[in-house]
Amino acid sequence: MSILVLADLHEGQLAGATASVVAAAQQIIKDSGGDIDVLIAGDNVHAAAEAAAKLDGVSKVRVADNAVYAHQLAEPMGKLLAELAGDYTHVLASASTTGKNVMPRLAALKDVSQISDIISVESADTFKRPIYAGNAIATVKSDDALKVITVRPSAYDGVAESGGAPVEAVDVVVENSQSTFINEALAKSDRPELAGAKVVISGGRGMGNGENFKLLDGIADKLGAAIGASRAAVDAGFVPNDMQVGQTGKIVAPDLYIAVGISGAIQHLAGMKDAKVIVAINKDEEAPIFQVADYGLVADLFEALPEFEQKL
Amino acid sequence: MKVLVAVKRVIDYNVKIRVKPDNSNVDLTNVKMAMNPFCEIAVEEAVRLKEKGVATEIVAVTIGPKQAQEQLRTALALGADRAIHVETDEQVDSLGAAKAFAKLVEDEQPGLVLLGKQAIDSDNNQAGQMLAALTDLPQGTFASDVNVEGEKVTVTREIDGGLQTIELSLPAIITTDLRLNEPRYAKLPDIMKAKKKPLDVKSADDLGVSFASNVSLVSVEPPAERQGGIKVGSVDELIDKLKNEAKVL
Ligand SMILES: Cc1cc2nc3c(=O)[nH]c(=O)nc-3n(C[C@H](O)[C@H](O)[C@H](O)COP(=O)(O)OP(=O)(O)OC[C@H]3O[C@@H](n4cnc5c(N)ncnc54)[C@H](O)[C@@H]3O)c2cc1C
Ligand SMILES: Nc1ncnc2c1ncn2[C@@H]1O[C@H](COP(=O)(O)O)[C@@H](O)[C@H]1O
Repeated sequence: MSILVLADLHEGQLAGATASVVAAAQQIIKDSGGDIDVLIAGDNVHAAAEAAAKLDGVSKVRVADNAVYAHQLAEPMGKLLAELAGDYTHVLASASTTGKNVMPRLAALKDVSQISDIISVESADTFKRPIYAGNAIATVKSDDALKVITVRPSAYDGVAESGGAPVEAVDVVVENSQSTFINEALAKSDRPELAGAKVVISGGRGMGNGENFKLLDGIADKLGAAIGASRAAVDAGFVPNDMQVGQTGKIVAPDLYIAVGISGAIQHLAGMKDAKVIVAINKDEEAPIFQVADYGLVADLFEALPEFEQKL
Repeated sequence: MKVLVAVKRVIDYNVKIRVKPDNSNVDLTNVKMAMNPFCEIAVEEAVRLKEKGVATEIVAVTIGPKQAQEQLRTALALGADRAIHVETDEQVDSLGAAKAFAKLVEDEQPGLVLLGKQAIDSDNNQAGQMLAALTDLPQGTFASDVNVEGEKVTVTREIDGGLQTIELSLPAIITTDLRLNEPRYAKLPDIMKAKKKPLDVKSADDLGVSFASNVSLVSVEPPAERQGGIKVGSVDELIDKLKNEAKVL
């Protein structure tokens, strides 16, 4: 058995999700043994390669460092992965927007299915994954010779960083005349990354406007929390899209999730109901969010939030 | 330019599904079905491209059982010019759907194919990307803005850290995200007119594709239920519980 893990990069640096994907890979080789290689593809990615080499359980890091892989555009990435996949039984990536963009291309080029967003490894060919916005958990078995898989990072604790795997260059270069990167508008924040944060506080339509999201800032500062949002809050333009938690946004599993002015639609619950402790603040005592909340406070958020911040 | 748009019949997004007692699958008997919400957005985008004079013809496509024609008729009422139904009672996974679409792309030669970013039943998020790979075309996934200019299309994509804009040569494959547009509702006269619009039925054999999959469903279980918690009476009580009972502060 041999596994290739496509690393996630964030502005050229190794993203935290990669350590979780390596943890899932370790589950796959648990019984039979085998290698876990990590692929870093991008432009000027030495730092990311060195960070990946430290991840426990990694056999070697393969680096495709070329301008054609900058921003990990799907067309060249699909071809690169298809070129390398012949050496492996499994190719894994995180179910990030990069993994979701690139991995199905690899699967189709190899004429195999993809297993999306796994949350558990039952054996080397059998996996569990949520379907219907997490309202059912499917166990699926793949008889494909190559298994192409994306992993939900919040389902795995990342491996530690005490390793020192060798780093080697991959000299596969492909052509790309079909797609061009124009620009990126990335949210800058000093707060922890939403997907990996231990505490998340999210606002919904009940926040009223974008300005009012400031009411969450002080609390987030005190708790070291990331700030999230419901789709309604994003659609209304209160906050940017990368803050959306849910079926079609980010999946989070923090120790503490605080939902403020969020009703609790199934699509929102799909993104946060694996939190260890859920708190809901909502003025409507019938709001469905209270059915999943460990602690519900029926209150007007404009009164409750300042008091909460002050008393923390 | 011809635009092909994918329309999948799925469970209505408001319905809470149940797992069958024998854990073989989810129970879809007598459940309200509808067009996948992301496909509604794809249809709307196609219609807007036609209104702008960019698209000349919109072809709506579904792969699925007989009843999926309901969703094709909805697409026709919303503004598609004709429809293709690849009829099958087999389970069609994303790769199977992508193969059927790839054959239709070869036959129809569209300038743009619009699909949803994911089907809300399987939550796979694969078919558009697979279609792009099979046809060796560029892809703009999770689109929140699409602009066709001459021989190129600019796509703004919703990515984890924010937004990314890319430019693709045409023909191209695009998958829609939630904020691309707000779909309109079909008007009654248009629903009547849609009944007369052409709808071609084809089989997998006609297209020369197979929907056989190497991935099998072993079982389906309901997710771990969360125990409903308690209501606290004040902010003080909330903080006390979080500190002393849940121990998360
Ligand atoms: C295909 C599809 C995918 C989707 N994906 C997602 C997703 O990924 N994430 C997501 O979140 N949604 C998603 N949705 C949308 C989802 O169905 C809901 O519409 C959305 O979650 C509602 O957001 P909300 O709870 O903020 O707004 P609302 O449902 O409008 O709830 C607002 C809440 O705020 C409360 N409130 C108002 N004022 C106050 C106040 N002063 N103090 C206290 N409480 C107050 C109200 O009582 C109410 O409960 C999706 C929908 C579809 C169709
Ligand atoms: N059977 C199908 N019929 C029509 N369109 C489909 C079908 N399967 C997938 N699609 C399209 O592909 C998108 C992504 O689906 P998936 O990758 O399966 O989650 C959907 O939103 C549809 O637009």
